[in-house]
Amino acid sequence: MMKLNVNGADHSIEADPDTPLLYVLRDDLQMNAAKYGCGLGQCGACTVIVDGEAIFSCITPLMLLEGRKVTTLEGLGTIAKPSPIQQAFMEEQAAQCGYCIAGMMMRAQALLDRNPKPTDDDIRQTLQPHLCRCGTHMRILKAVHRAAELMQSAGKAAPKGAI
Amino acid sequence: MNSPITDVSRRSLLTGTGALIVSFSLAPSASAQAPAAVPDPTANPLTMKVHGSLSVDPYLDSWIKIDASGSVTIFSGKAELGQGISTALLQVAADELGLPMDRLTLVTADTGRTVNEGYTSGSHSMQDSGTAIRIAAAQMRDLLIASAARQLNVPVCELVVSNGTIATKDGTSVAYGALVGTTDLHVQAQPVSNFREQTALKYMNSSVPRLDIPAKVTGGAAYIQDMRLPGMLHARVVRPPSYKAVLKSLDTAAIEKMPGVVKVVRDGRFLAVVAKREFQAIKAMRALAAAAQWSETASLPDQTNLPAFVQASAAKDYKILDQHKESNPGVTRLEARFTRPYQAHGAIGPSCALAQMDKGVVTVWTHTQGVYPDRAAIAGMLRVPPAQVRCIHVPGSGCYGHNGADDAAGDAALIAVAMPGTPIRLQWMREQEHAWEPFGPAMVTEARAALDSTGKIVDWNYSVWSNTHSMRPGGPGALLAAQHMEKSIAPPPPAPLPLPEGGGDRNALPIYAFPNADVMHHFLPDMPVRVSAMRGLGAYMNVFTIESFMDELAHAAKIDPVAFRLAHLDDPRAIDCVKLAADKFGWDKRAKSANGRGTGFAFARYKNLAAYCAIAMEIEIEAETGAIRILRAVAAVDAGQAVNPDGIRNQIEGAILQSASWTLFENVSFDDTRISSIDWSTYPIMRFNSVPMQVDVHVINRPGTPFLGAGEAGQGPTAAVLANAIADATGQRLRELPLTPAKLKGAFRI
Repeated sequence: MMKLNVNGADHSIEADPDTPLLYVLRDDLQMNAAKYGCGLGQCGACTVIVDGEAIFSCITPLMLLEGRKVTTLEGLGTIAKPSPIQQAFMEEQAAQCGYCIAGMMMRAQALLDRNPKPTDDDIRQTLQPHLCRCGTHMRILKAVHRAAELMQSAGKAAPKGAI
Repeated sequence: MNSPITDVSRRSLLTGTGALIVSFSLAPSASAQAPAAVPDPTANPLTMKVHGSLSVDPYLDSWIKIDASGSVTIFSGKAELGQGISTALLQVAADELGLPMDRLTLVTADTGRTVNEGYTSGSHSMQDSGTAIRIAAAQMRDLLIASAARQLNVPVCELVVSNGTIATKDGTSVAYGALVGTTDLHVQAQPVSNFREQTALKYMNSSVPRLDIPAKVTGGAAYIQDMRLPGMLHARVVRPPSYKAVLKSLDTAAIEKMPGVVKVVRDGRFLAVVAKREFQAIKAMRALAAAAQWSETASLPDQTNLPAFVQASAAKDYKILDQHKESNPGVTRLEARFTRPYQAHGAIGPSCALAQMDKGVVTVWTHTQGVYPDRAAIAGMLRVPPAQVRCIHVPGSGCYGHNGADDAAGDAALIAVAMPGTPIRLQWMREQEHAWEPFGPAMVTEARAALDSTGKIVDWNYSVWSNTHSMRPGGPGALLAAQHMEKSIAPPPPAPLPLPEGGGDRNALPIYAFPNADVMHHFLPDMPVRVSAMRGLGAYMNVFTIESFMDELAHAAKIDPVAFRLAHLDDPRAIDCVKLAADKFGWDKRAKSANGRGTGFAFARYKNLAAYCAIAMEIEIEAETGAIRILRAVAAVDAGQAVNPDGIRNQIEGAILQSASWTLFENVSFDDTRISSIDWSTYPIMRFNSVPMQVDVHVINRPGTPFLGAGEAGQGPTAAVLANAIADATGQRLRELPLTPAKLKGAFRI
């Protein structure tokens, strides 16, 4: 039995300690966003954020995650109340099949959290570990720029510390 | 599977579900032998060209059902692949029905519920299904108006439709739902429809946001991979290490004792494990793979000389163009050979399927592009009538083509039959998708042409060597599980896809007006490497060749490549498309090639009958490494009436990026026995460091003209525009795909 904190909630997990986080998220917690793509850390479809860093959940075993905070795309917002990056991806229609998108969004979110004003080059370099087969890259780039703008304006509307 | 036949045809499923029961129960009841009430074709005057898939099933209520509460369901046999049709089809229906889109529900590709529209392929969805739904909606609306006129006792011309309500000028009104009980909507479509005026359209011609995107960007259940049925178990297959491998020995005892393992399935050389948890299934799969002893046979061609192998293969020859007119004598002659390796679909998510056998019926949830053909194949494999299999499409990871989806569906069905009652979820592993999916075939083309003294092409001679471009099911032998099971079923013999759409010869006929032209299709039946449909089929290679060669000819004639193309085109829409791309790019003002920078142009009309697409591109080549950077691509596309212009832009942008990846990077590798490109390090595709700096797509909307499929229109032009820009930048013509830096000589090389 292991304790795992996902999107702010503690869960007791019964899986074997060598189970990759991806399968814990998908099977034990019935979450959809993190996807199996390669199991090798080559495509990025499984990406989630752990303590502020984007990681490949398909090659990160459960045993390394005790006491750490996992954030998935589900933790950012909902259809009714989307986060800025979710809003941006909808505005830019930045998906075709969309299978890769959740992973892309999580690495982009981690970038925006540490660098609210990334350059185009920053975004391209950051997303280098991610593959998209439908060729939606141009829209993904636009959506990340748009997310930065939305986060900026949300930040201005509600300065830190304000409730 | 000896239980009584249960008919799961769509009519019986729908019986008893609303106000239209009356007309259904009056219709002849469907039997297992005639599952989908397909009418006598001789009684159906509707044609695919004008009426889309109504030519397959002309009954209005096969496409649209309105119940007494006024809720409306649209049925399409086409599948959402990420191309956005689930939104576009509803735009069409909502406009013709005079309903807000949010009042409509869409049901897609389900052998229990929708018309058999074959495959979602060939950029046909809007042409076939969109056209059918549009006509059905317009005619259903008119039938309801006529019914309202009778009920309200006013002439039809005095009635106005708004939000699913039909009203008189004085405000008396009746809702659709109140009319369906007394209106016979189980009628065949008429040849001529009364479409709404273009100015009255609220949804068509506008970029309605896609309905499937919100769930996809918030972690909603959007894919077959996200389906979880109660009591579901996880399965994994173990594939042979190579196509011809024979299982010598296997002891499964230790694997059956592994934690969570419920069953090991072995049927000939078809091997699978079923476990309670997904990762337990993966561990058991690894153990099973390690336990299996195989005997392998070398059966693959010599990859170092693949084009020679292709051209030396036994061929059935088809002369597909033989045209001779009086012309000027040729004074300059050119010839060239172009080659393409095997290339992979490479969906980011490996193929997945769910299956459950219940009361003798196997239900399969699948991301196949053809639920009816897949059902027939699975039923054939299980040796049961098609009525005992139901296939339901659920979106999967995209690739646009025939990847492992159908095979995974067959795998899941075979496992489900071994465990009656239990829902089985099967997903392939990365290396299985890469090694076992059917690839886009290796191809060779040769082109020869003669220019007259004015720089016009007077003679054109073209040959293409190719395998088939569709081994989709079809027969059960198309499925890996059927090939691998004890009572194995061999793949059906391949056949060339007929023109005008064609397969290996798709777009082999030049769109340009040449007085003399010969085109030969060398169809190669032997398939040492597993192949099938990849986005664009042969059009990718044929357009790459024709548009590269047109550039070479323009260069030889010392004529600007755009002007050269325009001088050989006589279709006004083709001319408009070429001119728009050139204009938006600033072709006439473009900089001369220098310092590794160059520009290119290419054009094609997909299949010579679907969307027109012209692309201009500027690239830069890094002198030290030869790395190719796309600075900007500007495309123009004419897809007829543009139901959703942003959807078309998204498709063309995606086509440019995907085809650039094929063209610059992709090549399936193998030794004499095994496929060796089995992951993203051995089969690299485009990453963000190679993504263009800018892509602009301009849609030419032609309201009132037929929908022309756009999904595959960009594949060929992208390949050629890259080759043409590379030639402009370096003076070197690359004719062997992929166009890698290693093929550049001199300074432009590592």
